[in-house]
Amino acid sequence: MENVIEVNNLTKKFGSFTAVDHISFEVKQGEIFGFLGANGAGKTTAMRMLCGLLPSTSGKGLVAGYDINTQSEQVKRNIGYMSQKFALYEDLKVWENIRLYGGIYGVPEPQIVSKTNDLLKRLGFENERNTLVNSLPLGWKQKLAFSVAIFHEPKIVFLDEPTGGVDPITRRKFWELIYEATDRGITVFVTTHYMDEAEYCDRVSMMVDGHIEALDTPKNLKQMFHADTMNEVFQKLARKAQRSDS
Amino acid sequence: MTNIQESEWAVKCEKLSKTYKPDIQALKSIDLKVSPHQIFGIIGPDGAGKTTLFRILTTLILADEGKAEVMGCDVVTEYEKIRRNIGYMPGRFSLYQDLTVEENLKFFASVFGTTIEENYDLIKSIYQQIEPFKNRRAGQLSGGMKQKLALSCALIHKPQLLILDEPTTGVDPVSRKEFWEMLRQLKEEGITILVSTAYMDEASLCDAIALILDGEFLKIDTPENIVRQFEPTLYSIRSLQRSKLLTDLRGLPAIDSCYAFGESIHATVIHNQISPEALKKYLSEKGHTDLEVMPIAPTVEDCFMELSKQMHQN
Repeated sequence: MENVIEVNNLTKKFGSFTAVDHISFEVKQGEIFGFLGANGAGKTTAMRMLCGLLPSTSGKGLVAGYDINTQSEQVKRNIGYMSQKFALYEDLKVWENIRLYGGIYGVPEPQIVSKTNDLLKRLGFENERNTLVNSLPLGWKQKLAFSVAIFHEPKIVFLDEPTGGVDPITRRKFWELIYEATDRGITVFVTTHYMDEAEYCDRVSMMVDGHIEALDTPKNLKQMFHADTMNEVFQKLARKAQRSDS
Repeated sequence: MTNIQESEWAVKCEKLSKTYKPDIQALKSIDLKVSPHQIFGIIGPDGAGKTTLFRILTTLILADEGKAEVMGCDVVTEYEKIRRNIGYMPGRFSLYQDLTVEENLKFFASVFGTTIEENYDLIKSIYQQIEPFKNRRAGQLSGGMKQKLALSCALIHKPQLLILDEPTTGVDPVSRKEFWEMLRQLKEEGITILVSTAYMDEASLCDAIALILDGEFLKIDTPENIVRQFEPTLYSIRSLQRSKLLTDLRGLPAIDSCYAFGESIHATVIHNQISPEALKKYLSEKGHTDLEVMPIAPTVEDCFMELSKQMHQN
């Protein structure tokens, strides 16, 4: 299977502080890759580099086939991004949000129109085309936000705490959407603070003090650390941290 | 500083309602009683009404209807007394970013007519962790340090009641555990703590909880009682074919609902309509291997899901 992410000794220093310290890993096509770590471990910095938003100090990274340092614009066009903090414009209508994001991701105008129709039909949202996003129920908003993030058919979508503060049923339905997307071959790179969600990933990496301290399937990680749950794995690994956010 | 006399309830709300324009009903005639000297959790997702409730109790906004008392004082007529005797940590960091750590703490102490020295014992274990950075501007602190400073500032006047709005949102599991440890210590000091969270696993760390959704309480009780009152039979189910498992279970009429729960699936069964053995047989006929079907006790999250489903059905 093709690698959608290939990272080799990727490092980011801010002055004398090494936020991300020589991390190396690959993510395969169609995989759900969980990117975990304590606050301050370097997750956000690493993710910003992978999305082409922050140049690295040293090391190499290929995302969707493009070099994150020399081809950051191509990287941005070939990935999707969604976070719970900000996903859609609440005061725009459903179709306006799709139109806006389609344009931002560089989908040609005529395609936006036909793809919008397809999308609304597939989601069963045809009657909500002209509805303001802020009046949609949360579950629908999440569905729309995720669909918008993969509207331009990227190889990979980055989900940055996509379910924070979301009620337990909607949170689980969101993961069912993720599974549907990976069935269609989309690769998912996801961060979360819910440790039950770590169990839903194919493989999980754990960042501690800028390093990737462990990377494997949830099953193997639990075996390796003699733990019953991913929460225990997390507690064992993160407690080793020297540098802390607090 | 004069403390309010001990009253029967730390918080008491009767038929409290709040509507925002144009027609968002943030709170729908809620009743609530919180006993003193405990950790009471308001548990529910974003948009459930947690912050609205806290802003009414901290006398920052007025309810449209109903009555609320904090430590026996009315939130409308006796708001000054309430403000002097509560500590409030809002969801968003609201200290002065351009003042140093120590300046922020001094400022809040002086606003309440006290000094850092006078109540140092109470905040000591928390403040000591950030004291090495006391000359750093608050805006330059990391998330965890900001949280500890905000908690120190909310405690510096030795409040009887501490109100914390989602203190652990976006905080990793290790730091969350540490934060709850701090709350337990504060409770030992006799402080009543009213805390909101969207993390269901934090429910078991509270003495009593109110589950809130769409401006209504689904249930108010101790976590143990809430779990005990769960009606349907609950099975934990695993197989090697995990993605197929949900679909196959949803095809069974005896299964009321099923959702992923960590590495297994939790399914509720109506009136014991299917035994674990029968379910196992059905699933192995569908091609599942390494099957495990176990009746289990529910978590608070299972209860929340069941109660919210019932609410939407009504």
